[in-house]
Amino acid sequence: MQKTLDNILSRYRESGGNVISLLQETQDAFGYVPREAVQFFSRELGIAASKFYGVATFYAQFRLRPVGKHKVTACCGTACHVRGAERIMSGIQRELHVTDEEDTTTDGQITVEKVACLGFCSFAPVVLVDGAVHGKTTTDAVIKEIKSLRKK
Amino acid sequence: MASETLIRVCMGPAGIAAGGKQVIEAFHAALVDAGVSAQVRERCSSHQVGCMGLCARDVLVEVHQGDVKTVYQYIKPDMVQRIVDEHLVAGKPITEWLVDEVYASFYRKQIKVVLADCGRIDPEDIDAYEAVKGYEAARECLTNRRPEEVIEEVKMSGLRGRGGAGFPTGLKWELGRKSRGDDKYIICNADEGDPGAFMDRAVIEGSPHAVIEGMIIGAFSMGARNGYVYIRAEYPLAVERLKKALDQARTRGYLGKGIFGSAFDFDIKIKLGAGAFVCGEETALIASIEGMRGMPRPKPPFPVNRGLWQKPTVINNVETFANIPAIIRNGCGWYAGFGTDKSKGTKVFALTGKIKNPGLIEVPMGITLREIIEEIGGGIESGRPFKAVQTGGPSGGCIPASMLDIAVDYESLAKVGSIVGSGGMIVLDADDCMVNVAKYFVQFTQSESCGKCVPCRVGTKRVLETLERITTGKGKEDDIERLEKLAGGIKAMSLCGLGQTAPNPVLSTLKYFRDEYEAHIRDKKCPAKVCKGLLTYSIDEATCKACGACLRACPSGAVSGEKKKPHRIDAAKCVRCGACFEVCKFGSVNRE
Amino acid sequence: MAMVSLTINGKKITVPDDLTILEAANRHGIAIPNLCKHPQLTPFGGCRLCVVEIKGVPRPVASCTTPVNEGMEITTVTEQLEQHRKFVLELILSDHPNDCMTCESTGSCQLQELAYTYGVKGQEYAGERRTYAKKDGNPFIERDLEKCILCGRCVKVCQEIQGVEAIDFGYRGFKSKITTAYEDDLNCEFCGQCVHVCPTGALTGKLWKRKGRYEGVKETDTVCPYCGTGCNITVHSKNNEIIRITSRPWTWNEGFLCVKGRFGYPFVSSPDRLTKPLIKRKSGEFEETTWTAALEYTASWFRKIREEHGPDALGGLSSARCTNEENYLFQKFMRAGIGTNNVDHCARL
Repeated sequence: MQKTLDNILSRYRESGGNVISLLQETQDAFGYVPREAVQFFSRELGIAASKFYGVATFYAQFRLRPVGKHKVTACCGTACHVRGAERIMSGIQRELHVTDEEDTTTDGQITVEKVACLGFCSFAPVVLVDGAVHGKTTTDAVIKEIKSLRKK
Repeated sequence: MASETLIRVCMGPAGIAAGGKQVIEAFHAALVDAGVSAQVRERCSSHQVGCMGLCARDVLVEVHQGDVKTVYQYIKPDMVQRIVDEHLVAGKPITEWLVDEVYASFYRKQIKVVLADCGRIDPEDIDAYEAVKGYEAARECLTNRRPEEVIEEVKMSGLRGRGGAGFPTGLKWELGRKSRGDDKYIICNADEGDPGAFMDRAVIEGSPHAVIEGMIIGAFSMGARNGYVYIRAEYPLAVERLKKALDQARTRGYLGKGIFGSAFDFDIKIKLGAGAFVCGEETALIASIEGMRGMPRPKPPFPVNRGLWQKPTVINNVETFANIPAIIRNGCGWYAGFGTDKSKGTKVFALTGKIKNPGLIEVPMGITLREIIEEIGGGIESGRPFKAVQTGGPSGGCIPASMLDIAVDYESLAKVGSIVGSGGMIVLDADDCMVNVAKYFVQFTQSESCGKCVPCRVGTKRVLETLERITTGKGKEDDIERLEKLAGGIKAMSLCGLGQTAPNPVLSTLKYFRDEYEAHIRDKKCPAKVCKGLLTYSIDEATCKACGACLRACPSGAVSGEKKKPHRIDAAKCVRCGACFEVCKFGSVNRE
Repeated sequence: MAMVSLTINGKKITVPDDLTILEAANRHGIAIPNLCKHPQLTPFGGCRLCVVEIKGVPRPVASCTTPVNEGMEITTVTEQLEQHRKFVLELILSDHPNDCMTCESTGSCQLQELAYTYGVKGQEYAGERRTYAKKDGNPFIERDLEKCILCGRCVKVCQEIQGVEAIDFGYRGFKSKITTAYEDDLNCEFCGQCVHVCPTGALTGKLWKRKGRYEGVKETDTVCPYCGTGCNITVHSKNNEIIRITSRPWTWNEGFLCVKGRFGYPFVSSPDRLTKPLIKRKSGEFEETTWTAALEYTASWFRKIREEHGPDALGGLSSARCTNEENYLFQKFMRAGIGTNNVDHCARL
């Protein structure tokens, strides 16, 4: 971890950047923003840790806890909404016993996220399973897909 | 002849979702089998061209033979063999699979300025852009014109900001030019946050150089030496293409020092947004580029006077910049020839919802809603009655069916309580509950509120709670009045545009669909049968085939029944999820 | 500095052009209600209570952030504005515990005072309230986030005045809260500047708890004894016990103190505190004595040492807690009285 953090920090020092880009690079590297990373950057750069935390909790992109092995992303844009995105989302959550807050299964396998709009509006409702687009989908189809993920 | 055959398969996001990759593979296999040589290319993919718009018909396949172009729609991998056999080998196109009249009418009413090159040229090739006169406008401005002349041209074109508020672009540039300071910034806002609008993504993916050229011209006009594109991290392809385009432009000397041999220096950096709708607001966007929480600050001072790093800053959105090269090339008169008196030019809309041909369209301002929905969109997909169209996203409103003949321009939409906004256009039919739609948008703005000012932070929460009450059958008589009071207060008192417009979806639905609110509150009924809490499910014993589908689907164990005996729903256990209703093949589940 | 003329509520005034409308109004005795603006901090613009009408501007504007301009015609009170203010207060109170009865800040709470002025009870838009189970375990500052109105003063004072940045805004929308990094317990200098600027009962001193608010409380303006800086403090006492120390904003230290001045007072009534001089006798035991006896005893030893070893055998170490006058006297005593230049002071806190 320390090596990765040193790399991120030296890039920051060379090319300039800000708290947001530091956090983005950190998340790209670890899948989330580890506390140790924030403490390290805060110490090295003299930027208050509270500032990092404020930014990390403001933007939807940042995760403060590790992400599951697999990721299910339900689009909740308007086009998907009028075609039943909410029902699909609650179906997935019920199946996996997760909520908006506790979005990763207890075994750390699957994270379920909402996203505002993926731009696949003509294929609403859309769910991404590990990045693969499932358009005009249903709760059952997604759950089937999730079950097959678990076997992998 | 065979060697001249080119097959293009749609591989945009929608094409991929519809199975474009499999179609390409099928073509490769079938062509080998048939011994036909033809080039198979990806359309809309990362290596060829941008999206053409009519994604609903995917997978679209174009067969080019010499000058003849044939377009097939809804192609699945198993249909490829027949195309190869009958069309390519036997020379007879398969008429029943061809795109129909809708495909033609989808394009007939459209005028493409911003989207002109999207789908026509390779966005990753600067030569392709220069072949269609790309960078000529910027060269002309930097070598032959004074900044004031360029600003005048843009002013006379009547172009107004395409991001939502419709502020005249030329005027903004003029204010930027007049603002004192040697360090000035120009920012392209590509933080497309409206759920249901994706034109900015499409433009950057389809014609990134047009946006860069627009920014160069803007920077020259106001005297900015540094530019930023603030773009959503959720758009990886757009970011990728923009990066490539910037590198190419830099290599050619179109960015950097002494552009086009002039004395003008300018370069552009990319900043990735991190997922906050409010960062579409100018001052929040600036805070975000500075690396802070995207909380808006009050204006004045306006960004043109004190913006990024406290320096004069002009912010325009992607579509606005993409209009600029065409305006300079063709002249302000040409551009002002489209549109209405006060709303000039064309506008890109993301037409989605219950429409037959959803997709990205570009139309002249002033076109009627009816032309968009019926002619371009092909009407309602389900054949159910058209109910309303929501324009402008979370800051906009719902326009009822009775107003289909109004013109689509800044003034007309504002007059009926909606806005053009960034160009989302969601078509709703009789199956959509307007209270639910209002609730959806308030839920969105409420979760995207930055939390800085009280009216937006607490007010939208109270509006949402009231709507939740209404849609779950707990509405009270005075709730409509409460909504109106909250909406008025939030509009008047919020700090930024997000809060000031957040009540619009509620106000416009209250105005045109008050009866639906009343049905929810007084009769505890959802006329469109959408609101879960107001529905009861039962099984019609006469038609139930006891197949057990509902029994298996029910998540709460509310359905009971044995083989060959009609099933029943225990209302006390029912969570009203509607799963049984969806799975029943015999229409035996009643929903009221 | 250029001056501009404008009218507020019909009164023509001339002010420097770098003022905000709120500052200009306040300078001329016109009060505009507000919660998030603190005179010593940069404006925030979040509470919206300070809205005014400007002729020719279609919507009400926040006076705390809008600069004055030549010829502005400003109205601070209209029926519409008062309704808007009531609306905002209703919303704030709808997400605020209605527990003024037991709140430490009753009587010194700006929110309470505004609610009282406008007759707002916070019931019109009742709804969900933020609840936080976890309490901050630090020893000095009680952080009751349910009472926080997110005015941001604490964040600003911590950044702009103290330069510590222990806290910042976290999350967003209705879930916004003022937080430390990773929501740990506060671990800062505990200067309590945040407590001083908080307009509600969200930030209070842990030592204050249930000791008294205003009934029977005596306020005594004095000077902090901790160091030579000499901050002005106000000692709140009840039944001859210090229950709270504050500082008034118009004092030279502008109401700001350090952790010692603000929270370091319990020693005053500590049972361990020495109140009478002690002399260590040959037995090694301390023996209580009188001041006269103690001073005579000390002086006799000074004299003895000087006579036997010369004045330079003695040295004096004074304290930065003393005033200039005291330190002057001390060095005079050492130099003229004892006859040595061996004099120094601790000069650190």
